[in-house]
Amino acid sequence: MAAFEPVLTKGIGELDLADIDVYKQHGGFSALEKALKEMTPEAIVGEVSASNLRGRGGAGFPTGKKWSFLPKDGRPRYLVCNCDEAEPGTFKDHMLLRLTPFAIIEGLIISAYAINASHVVMYIRGEFLEGYRIFKRALAAASAAGYLGKDIMGSGFTMELILHRGAGAYICGEETAMLESIEGKRGEPRLKPPFPANAGLYGMPTVVNNVETLCCVPHIINRGAGWFSAIGPPKCPGPKIISVSGNVANPGNYEIPMGISARELLEEYAGGLLPGRRLKAIQPGGGSSAAIFEEDLNVGIDFDSLAAKKTMLGSGGFVVMDDRTCLVRASQTLVRFFEHESCGQCTPCREGGQWVARMVGRLEAGEGSVNDLRVLGVINNTITGTNLCPLGDSIMPFLSSVLRRFPEEFAAHVQQAGCPFQKAPEFSAA
Amino acid sequence: MTPERERRGAQLVAKYPNAQSALIPFLQACQEEDGYVSGDAIRDAAELTGITPAEVESIASFYSLLFKEPVGKHVIQVCRTLSCMLRGADELRDHARMRLGLANGETSADGRFTYEEVECLAACDRAPCLQHNLEFHYDVTPEDFDRQLERWRAEEPAVTMPAE
Repeated sequence: MAAFEPVLTKGIGELDLADIDVYKQHGGFSALEKALKEMTPEAIVGEVSASNLRGRGGAGFPTGKKWSFLPKDGRPRYLVCNCDEAEPGTFKDHMLLRLTPFAIIEGLIISAYAINASHVVMYIRGEFLEGYRIFKRALAAASAAGYLGKDIMGSGFTMELILHRGAGAYICGEETAMLESIEGKRGEPRLKPPFPANAGLYGMPTVVNNVETLCCVPHIINRGAGWFSAIGPPKCPGPKIISVSGNVANPGNYEIPMGISARELLEEYAGGLLPGRRLKAIQPGGGSSAAIFEEDLNVGIDFDSLAAKKTMLGSGGFVVMDDRTCLVRASQTLVRFFEHESCGQCTPCREGGQWVARMVGRLEAGEGSVNDLRVLGVINNTITGTNLCPLGDSIMPFLSSVLRRFPEEFAAHVQQAGCPFQKAPEFSAA
Repeated sequence: MTPERERRGAQLVAKYPNAQSALIPFLQACQEEDGYVSGDAIRDAAELTGITPAEVESIASFYSLLFKEPVGKHVIQVCRTLSCMLRGADELRDHARMRLGLANGETSADGRFTYEEVECLAACDRAPCLQHNLEFHYDVTPEDFDRQLERWRAEEPAVTMPAE
């Protein structure tokens, strides 16, 4: 295989890609020109399908397939760009938004043309005010250059973009909650079916795509599906940005060829652990994912390899915990997150999240019991898989995985009636 | 509704195929002006979008960046989620609480500062992080916090929560 060449992050940190001229000088909008002048919408959908691009927002659904579900019934179609990145440990879309906004715009226009959506909504997380302002300026520049609006580049394709700012709610990253939010309602996920492809925004056929997914599209147009599908595992190929954070030497966003090992990502890209530390646990796919451990480091960083390890690539938030980390405290932090972000519609998520948060909080405070440990060991079965959306299913995976791997650490919190790490931060693993 | 607010509301409604879509942007605009989502804003938003004030309140209550009570001129939001926790968010939290003399969610008696602990801000490579009036501050040590706080104490920001 040829040496991997980053494309999504190319120029970031070296060039001012938020300047339209700089973006164009480095090949920007060439894919748009090719798509609009040389390709039919069907050909673009075909190319994206053939590339095996899978959604980068978390679920990993094949993008071409998602596009092809739209009914051909003449109703107006919507494309929504999901820039509501809030999965703990994930910060790639936030970077793309601030540092290469035209790549998102180019991906959006090509994708809208491909699915014949004349209405596009860009939903930007409320906390990303700086990113919102950068993107707004970029839109004005793209508009002035004739890339938005009527008859784009003489193609006859017309597209209007609505820029929409969120107001603080993790759940709005779930696609149907996002549609509710754009409609001016509480961000509560919808019961599916009907799926957004049939009844999405304002009841119309809708596709929701993640920022990074859309940023892949121009490169697939320029270099072809064959180039994309040759990077990494054939069923989940491509370049992928992984957000590495936690106890590593060099936290940051790294663009990798899908499928490299967790070890390579940790050691070659992120500079490894800090001197003298030992690895304890890694969340490979954001706050919702089950942990992997020292013995799992050969696993491939891609959708299917991580799923085979009973965890997930998710949104690509790779959070590293070394031997100083109290896993009860880490679990408490994550469970509290989901408790806080639950929309409250489904009982297992709303009540379960609160119960688990209380139990883990008790344990960490030294007030937990053996019975709490027993309940935490089995409660997964009554919370996971019983909710409308994946949020409820995200409460338990990390906690369950570290409780199984380090039961003695949880037990120690009960036996010592407190957190051993607060007394002796030097924990020796295994 | 004030004429200015009516004008802004009409602009927002015109942006969307459906009036209710303008609800949250409108509340953001009201908050920019009033410092929070006031009772007047709730009534104005109901009038603008054709839903009841109770519905507006329910919707507003869903979103963490819409404040239902007056907040300080300076809103400090410290991230408390895992990646920040692994790199000193607990220490930053304790320090910020102590310096401000505020618990999570409190506003100072003089109405100058509001302190909140919030969830992942998507800046995990530069942890611990915080937002001050939605502006990011990265790799914040307790010493950085003190330096910033001195600056904030001397400042009177025109807008706390900008709508755009």
